Amino acid sequence: MIKIENLVKAFGAKRAVDGVSFGVERGEVLGFLGPNGAGKSTTMRMITGFMPPTEGRVTVGGHDVAESPLQAKRLIGYLPENAAAYPDMTVQGFLRFAAELRGLHGEARKRAVGRVVELCFLQSVVHQSIDTLSKGYRHRTCLAQALIHDPDVLIMDEPTDGLDPNQKHEVRNLIRDLGRNKAIVFSTHILEEVDAACTRAIIIDRGRIVANGTPEELRAMSDLHGAVTLAAEGASAEKLAALGRVQQLNGAFRIYPNDKSKSPELAQAVIDLVRREGWKVEGMYNEVGQLDEVFRRITLPDTVKR
Amino acid sequence: MSVIWTIMKRELGSYFSSPVAYVFLVIFLLLTGFFTFTAGNFFERGEASLAAFFGWHPWVYLVLVPAVGMRLWAEERRSGTLELLLTMPVAPWQAIVAKFLASWVFLAVALALTFPAVITVNVLGDPDNGMIVAGYLGSFLLAGGYLAISCMTSAMTRNQVVAFILSVVLCLFLILAGFNPVTDLLVRWASPAVVDTVAAFSVITHFDGFQRGVIDTRNLFFFLSVIGFALFATGVIIRGHRAG
Repeated sequence: MIKIENLVKAFGAKRAVDGVSFGVERGEVLGFLGPNGAGKSTTMRMITGFMPPTEGRVTVGGHDVAESPLQAKRLIGYLPENAAAYPDMTVQGFLRFAAELRGLHGEARKRAVGRVVELCFLQSVVHQSIDTLSKGYRHRTCLAQALIHDPDVLIMDEPTDGLDPNQKHEVRNLIRDLGRNKAIVFSTHILEEVDAACTRAIIIDRGRIVANGTPEELRAMSDLHGAVTLAAEGASAEKLAALGRVQQLNGAFRIYPNDKSKSPELAQAVIDLVRREGWKVEGMYNEVGQLDEVFRRITLPDTVKR
Repeated sequence: MSVIWTIMKRELGSYFSSPVAYVFLVIFLLLTGFFTFTAGNFFERGEASLAAFFGWHPWVYLVLVPAVGMRLWAEERRSGTLELLLTMPVAPWQAIVAKFLASWVFLAVALALTFPAVITVNVLGDPDNGMIVAGYLGSFLLAGGYLAISCMTSAMTRNQVVAFILSVVLCLFLILAGFNPVTDLLVRWASPAVVDTVAAFSVITHFDGFQRGVIDTRNLFFFLSVIGFALFATGVIIRGHRAG
């Protein structure tokens, strides 16, 4: 549905987005990760046709965004950063306005507004003016606007920013549900969201893609991936050292495999050792890796890297 | 077309949902009333015409029209709704025209509310009503010209005050270029051809015809081309912002 080829955006000498290419198909939810200023918003603005790219091409549903912007924009629902909305309008007025711009009139407009009000839990504030809404409601109003025409492509810039944990949970579930038959791209810097909602994630840093894969694949890039953490009475680092590199934690040991591909065998080896030595196990975990560690490792400037 | 209508409705709604619109209408009516009847010596003139009324419009509009136009784009940019609007299936020119037309309609409402002046002259005397219609048409076009310029300056900045000041300065230039005290001054140094060229850019020169009851296509064309040019420039400026 979305195809991006070698996208470049230069602001003067600074290249905010520098040769980004990826594609998103129907049924995919793509998490767009990166530190602040990495080029996430700029990329999304180019996909939605707000900014023309300096170089490269974006096609949405087969329509080139630069050449036939209106056809492409019809397919897209967009939640901009900070959830901009006209403060002097009521929620209902704003949604009707969005529906009409999307070519929905009369009965179709009424149905569309009713549907998104329900979908985004806005029933209690429909007649309230937008400047009196709390941040969470304002955000959901803007999200409702993006969904009003049931778009095939949904682009969201930090959809959970400023929401409380319950609302975050709701929005993530919503994204996951919508993702079954849409192509979705959303940016975030909350890594747990990638697990909660994405089928794939891209990490972008200083305008370039530095990682692209499923959440599991990204986690596998972690040092921690495949390690075994053991808390056991009587355990000693010297004995465990035979199995791999041992790190002493607070009341536990973490054993890293010497060879990452052999990690499944490591757990079995640790169990065998525990049995042989007769240690009393309090807890044992097979580590899958942490996204935030991967994120930090690949996006920190080289000079800061450990 | 329906997109333009949708945006116009929204803009007009936002004018009338805020007290600013009503404050504007009251100030406009008070000012035109004051200038016509007090400063313009309406009664002492002893003639059944609205010359005293229309003569002040270029000056009254100078301050009031930029006040209406300054928020058009500056506000959209400041609040980020510009991004929302331009990622809808809306061509930029449609948004520009729609917002301009909405404000112009608002100014037309303000102008229409001056109807008591028309009634007054008709009750007191026997004016040439054709001249009054031409005067209203000229005044409406004049307001449109100022408004298009305010639209352009509003697109230049996200600060409404800056947009207001820029637009007042530009409109003031358009008045002064043909304002008699200024042209008299120019005649002393420049050849008549130069003075005429400068004066040709003035709204006063072109508004005068309408006041005298003449609907000259050249004057019509002047105001329409000011509007066209300023709205085109608005489009260029907005495209410039988006390109970064």
